Amino acid sequence: MKQRKHNEQAHEPLVHITKNAAMPFWKSSLIRVAAVVLAFLFCSLLAAVLINAKPVEFLQEFLKGNFGTNPMSANLRIWNLVKDTAILLCIALAVTPAFRMRFWNIGAEGQVLVSALASAAVVFYFGKYFDNVSSGWLLLLMLIASIAAGMIWAIIPAIFKALWNTNETLFTLMMNYVATFFVAYCLVKWTPDGSSVLGELKAGYLPRVGHDYLLLVLIILITTVFMFVYLYYSKHGYEISVVGESQRTACYIGINVKKVIVRTMALSGALCGLTGFLLVSALDHSVTTTSVGGRGFTAIIVSWLAKFNPFLMIISAFLLVFLSKGASQLATTFRVSFAFPDIVTGIVIFFVIGCEFFIRYKVHFRFARKRAGAREAAGAAAGTQGAPGELPAEAEGKAAVIPDKGGKLK
Amino acid sequence: MKILEFLLNAMAIGVTFLYGSTGEIITEKAGHLNLGIPGIMGVGAASGCAMLHVLVKANSLPPWLIVVLTVLATLAGGALMGLIYSFLAVTLRSNQNVTGLAMTIFGTGVTKYVFSLLQKDDAIYIRALPHFRFPFGNSTSSLQYCGILVFLGIAIAIAASVILMKTRIGLHLRAVGENPATADAAGINVTLYKYVATVIGSAVAAVGGLFYVMDYAGSPEAYLTIEAMGWLSVALVIFSLWRPYISIFGSFVFGALFILGSYLPSFGFTISMAASNLIKTLPYVVTVIVLIITSIRNRRENQPPASLGVSYFREDR
Repeated sequence: MKQRKHNEQAHEPLVHITKNAAMPFWKSSLIRVAAVVLAFLFCSLLAAVLINAKPVEFLQEFLKGNFGTNPMSANLRIWNLVKDTAILLCIALAVTPAFRMRFWNIGAEGQVLVSALASAAVVFYFGKYFDNVSSGWLLLLMLIASIAAGMIWAIIPAIFKALWNTNETLFTLMMNYVATFFVAYCLVKWTPDGSSVLGELKAGYLPRVGHDYLLLVLIILITTVFMFVYLYYSKHGYEISVVGESQRTACYIGINVKKVIVRTMALSGALCGLTGFLLVSALDHSVTTTSVGGRGFTAIIVSWLAKFNPFLMIISAFLLVFLSKGASQLATTFRVSFAFPDIVTGIVIFFVIGCEFFIRYKVHFRFARKRAGAREAAGAAAGTQGAPGELPAEAEGKAAVIPDKGGKLK
Repeated sequence: MKILEFLLNAMAIGVTFLYGSTGEIITEKAGHLNLGIPGIMGVGAASGCAMLHVLVKANSLPPWLIVVLTVLATLAGGALMGLIYSFLAVTLRSNQNVTGLAMTIFGTGVTKYVFSLLQKDDAIYIRALPHFRFPFGNSTSSLQYCGILVFLGIAIAIAASVILMKTRIGLHLRAVGENPATADAAGINVTLYKYVATVIGSAVAAVGGLFYVMDYAGSPEAYLTIEAMGWLSVALVIFSLWRPYISIFGSFVFGALFILGSYLPSFGFTISMAASNLIKTLPYVVTVIVLIITSIRNRRENQPPASLGVSYFREDR
């Protein structure tokens, strides 16, 4: 009795945070879905206040923007949704291997841009030697050039990271701007009239299969499956996970960390190259300084939201494209700024980022703890402080440091 | 004379980076890599200009009060963004890179939205401009850019240097950024320091946005290019090795590199349109070179704060 009184007098924080044990998948998914729904409600409230859109209209416009028909071209919008999701997914796939080894490559923007430039350059200089607009050899040449350009752009920071541990976040960020101005330089060179507008290229078109975007989507789906297998079921993927968790462990079990860093970034760059090739050959048939349009940054968020899992990235990429398309439609209908989608996207991301906290940590409030403490004190003679199960939870969280594919060490 | 014009102009545009990098240094010293600076600078400019619209319509205030209130609105806008970031990254311990990028997406969205709402009335800006460029508001040379906000920026950078290196608060802040667990054990309120540093840092960076739109460019259209200014400010942090007083010099160099392309013809060099684009990459290339050199030399005093980018959870071991 005396001891309890003493405990009550001691300063106890109002809220106390502990680590959560690994949460079952359905439960963590439920929290994430709840966060998205909450964010959506918040945005509809915001729209009601800012632009006088009723919540019903808000939802209607979102569905119209994504699944309606385009009055201008009678095209189903859903194809645009699928196409944009696929491109965003492809860039997200590209940044993922690097992220899994905690290499914060935020230079996908530049890597995709230089590879798009390389593709366009091939068509610009060699397109006239091929009479077929979708000549296989020309496409192959474009693909090789794109992948090479993307790889070079990605390997430069990787080499410095491997040799001297140069900060990769800022290095790759700077490379984005070098890429942008390099594209601007080439565009001025290529357009004799000085307009810097390349216009539609005459050759190097990806063949049309079924639908305009079908082949593109198929290529990216195959890449998704490949990346999943590569990351989860290959020796390379395992090495990436180990380097990401602990470089010292990697050294200890005989992984050549420098080699893994450079190799993984080369893969990242190659996938960015693929995206750049697809942008030029299947969609834009041209290149501008804004060809990537910030998707290199959005892809980072896509990858992170999916916890670096290629299949879950389909969902997160879809979510972000859905949001931006729906909000664009809302902005068009209500005649507000084209920037409205950015605000909605930002808010939803804030909610989803925030909800991770409730998956990883548990919050204990003082009054709740007191009640629990009283109950416990009634059960056992000595009132123990702290919620039960706290220590094992933390221990479990720490035990997860070694990546899951333990059997693949050989 | 041309050289002098060039140098003054370089100093003025550099102050945009100076505000941004001083703010970011304060934040990073608390162990937080805030990649939201571009968005924060935009929101700062937007809230400042929104305030300006309201004030100029009222039309009965003394000019100095207009300037002060506009700057205060900018500070408030930046601080609000800093609060959002701190809540997510400090309290909810989310990934700092992702949070920062989300801040940039959100911030640039808000910026464009607010500027699209403000009517495109250039007269307001032209009338208010001389007050912001006090005391050189009526000058026609590059001197006109070197108004009161330039001096304020340099003063803030010097003050930040002194506070970081010479005071107890600065020592505590650096301790939080280097090793929050040790700082916590020493009785420093880690969360409070992280919050205050991030909020103040964001507020300072926001003034950079206002300066760029309202003072240097003097046109509401300038908000479209503010994102690149933000990223360059982040780059300047590395260039100045996390020291605000080097940042004053660094911002000058960045400013000079930034406008070099447009001044070369008047120095007698002929450059093509295409080549001027290559010259524009110089600030970024120089940053990369500095980054590489510092990492090769690997001097302990030139490294980023040790816990930069890592969320602090007391019960982690």
